[in-house]
Amino acid sequence: MSVGVFILVSVIKSLIVLIVLLTAVAYTVWLERKVVGHMQNRWGPTRVGPFGLLQPAADGLKFLFKEDLTPPHVYKPLFLAAPMMALIFALTSIAVIPFGNSIPIFGYSIPLEITDVNIGLLVILGVTSMGVYGVALAGWSSNNKYSLLGGLRASAQMISYEIALGLSLVGVLIQSGSFSLRNIVEAQAGRFLWIIPRWNIFHGQFIGFFIYLMAAYAETNRIPFDLPEAETELVAGYHTEYSSMKFAMFFMAEYANMITVACLATILFFGGWNGPLAGPPIVRALLPLVWFVAKVFCFLFLYIWVRGTLPRFRYDQLMSFGWKFLLPLAIANLVITAIVVAW
Amino acid sequence: MVPLSYYLLLSGFLFACGVIGFLIKRNIITIFMSIELMLNGVNLSFVAFAAQWHALSGQVFVFFVMVVAAAEAAVGLAIIISVYRTRETLNVDQVNLLKL
Amino acid sequence: MSFHLLLFLAFGAVCAGGAINLLAQRHPINSALSLIAVMAALSGEYLLLGAEFVAAVQVIVYAGAIMVLFVFVIMLLNAGEEEETKGSRVAILFGVPGILIGGVLMAWVVLRHSGTIAVGIGALPGPPTDIAQLLFHDFLLPFEVTSVLILIAIMGAVVLASKPELPAGKVD
Repeated sequence: MSVGVFILVSVIKSLIVLIVLLTAVAYTVWLERKVVGHMQNRWGPTRVGPFGLLQPAADGLKFLFKEDLTPPHVYKPLFLAAPMMALIFALTSIAVIPFGNSIPIFGYSIPLEITDVNIGLLVILGVTSMGVYGVALAGWSSNNKYSLLGGLRASAQMISYEIALGLSLVGVLIQSGSFSLRNIVEAQAGRFLWIIPRWNIFHGQFIGFFIYLMAAYAETNRIPFDLPEAETELVAGYHTEYSSMKFAMFFMAEYANMITVACLATILFFGGWNGPLAGPPIVRALLPLVWFVAKVFCFLFLYIWVRGTLPRFRYDQLMSFGWKFLLPLAIANLVITAIVVAW
Repeated sequence: MVPLSYYLLLSGFLFACGVIGFLIKRNIITIFMSIELMLNGVNLSFVAFAAQWHALSGQVFVFFVMVVAAAEAAVGLAIIISVYRTRETLNVDQVNLLKL
Repeated sequence: MSFHLLLFLAFGAVCAGGAINLLAQRHPINSALSLIAVMAALSGEYLLLGAEFVAAVQVIVYAGAIMVLFVFVIMLLNAGEEEETKGSRVAILFGVPGILIGGVLMAWVVLRHSGTIAVGIGALPGPPTDIAQLLFHDFLLPFEVTSVLILIAIMGAVVLASKPELPAGKVD
C-alpha cells in the first residue's frame, strides 16, 4: 500500500468512525431517555418523528441556538478550553479500538480500525486518564463553589478508580499475553468444554469483569457514581456554569466515554467480534461487525438499566468502596490469575 | 535521523529550566513542579542513551525514576497540604519558622 | 531535512516552550498545564526513540496521575497568583549572562565532541515483553525495593495529610 493510499484510507476511516460515533452518541441519549422512561412508566420522547427518533436532532439544534453565556467571574482561557479537552480526549480513544477483522475493498485488505497499535490498551488508558483534566479544570475555572466541589470530586474519584480499573485489566493481559486489542480478541476465539465460548468472562475473568464494570461506571461519572454532577447537592457539579454548545460538549464527551468503555468491555471480556458465522461470504464478512455492535449495545443498555435502578452513593461510601473493596479484590484477582496461568 | 546530541541538548535544557524554576519561583507547588521537570529531563537522556547503546536497561531506569517521582509527589503534596493547614501560605519565603 | 528530524523539532519546540512557560506563568495552574504539555510532548520524543512502552507509561503515570494530583492540590488549596518578590541585582547582573555563557558552552561541547551516530526511528524497539524480562529478572531486587518505597510513601502521605488529633478537652 503506497503512502498516498494509506493516508486516503486513514482519513476516510477516521471520518466514518467519527460520524458513526457521534450518531451513536446522539442515539444513546435517545435510548437512555426512552428506556428510563419506560422503566418509570412514562413514554419518553414521542413527539419529534416516529417514536421520537428525531429528538437528538432537535436537541442538537436547540443547543446550537441557545445563548452561549460566559459568566463574568470565570477564568476565561481554561473555561473555554475545558469542554474542548473533555470532548477531544473522549473522541481520541476510539482511534485504536478494532471493530472487526479486515475486509477486502478494491484489492486492499482494510483492517476495521483507524490504527493498529501494539500497545493499544495502554494508549486507551493514557487518553482516558487525561480526560479528567476537562472535568477538573471546568470545575476550577468556573470560580463557583459547587463547580469546584464537582471538579475536586471528579479528580479524586477518577484517580482512585483508575487503579482498580488498570489492575482489573492485568488479568486479561496475563491470559492473552499482549497489549494489542486485536491479539486479545483473537486469543478469545474458539470454545472450551464443547459449548462455552472462550470469552474471558467465562474463562476465569468474571471477577475482573465485575471490577472493570464498577470502575468504568466511576470513570465515566455515571450513576451510581455520578458524584461530580450530583444535582441534589451540587446543582450540576462541574458544568453548573456552562450553557449551550459548551455544555453539549461535556454531554457528548460523557456519552462518547460510555461507548468507548462499552467497546473496551466487549473486546476484553466478551470476545469482541467473535461469534457464530454462517451464510454466503458477504454475510460472513459483515457478521463479526454485527456481533460487535450487538455486544456494545447490550453494555449501553446495562448502563441505562443501572441508571434507572440504583440510587447514588454517598461520597465517603464511594471512596471506601474503591479503596477498601475494589482494590484488594483486584489485587487478589491478579494474583490468582497469575498463579493459575503459571501453573 | 536525529543525532543523540540533539536529544541531550533538549534534556539539558529541560533540566536547566527545572533548576531555574526551583531557584526563582516562590510558590511551593511550582517549585515542586520544577523538580518534576528536572526528572523529566533526566528521563529523556536515559531513553536517548538506551536507544544509542541498544541497551533496554536505560528504559527500565525510567520506570524507577517514575516510581520515585510518584512517591515523592504523594509525600510532597501531603507535606504541602499540612504546611498550608498550619501556616495558611504557600510562599516559601514566609515558611521560615521551625516552630509556630 | 528528514521527517524524523521535523517531528523531533516539533515535539522539542513544545517541550522547550512549555518549560519556559512554566517559569513565566505566575499562576500555579497555568504552570501545571504547561508542565502537562511538556510531558505529553516528551512522550512523543520517546516514541521517536522507539520506546513506545515508556511513552505510554509517561502519559499514564506522569500526565494522567502525578499531574492530576498537582492540579488537585492546587484546586484544593485554592492557590492564587504568586507574589512578586524583588530579584537581587547581583543575580540579574551576573546570573543571566552566566546562564547564557554556560548554556552556549555546553551546547558547543555537546554538539562538537559528541562523536555519536544518529539515532533512527525504531532503532531500539522496546517491546513490553523485553522490558518485563529485564524488570522481573535482572532488576528484580530494585523493583521490589521500589515497591517498599511506594508503600512507605503511601503511609507517609496518609500520616502527613490526616488531620492532627486535638488534645483531649480542646474543642476546635
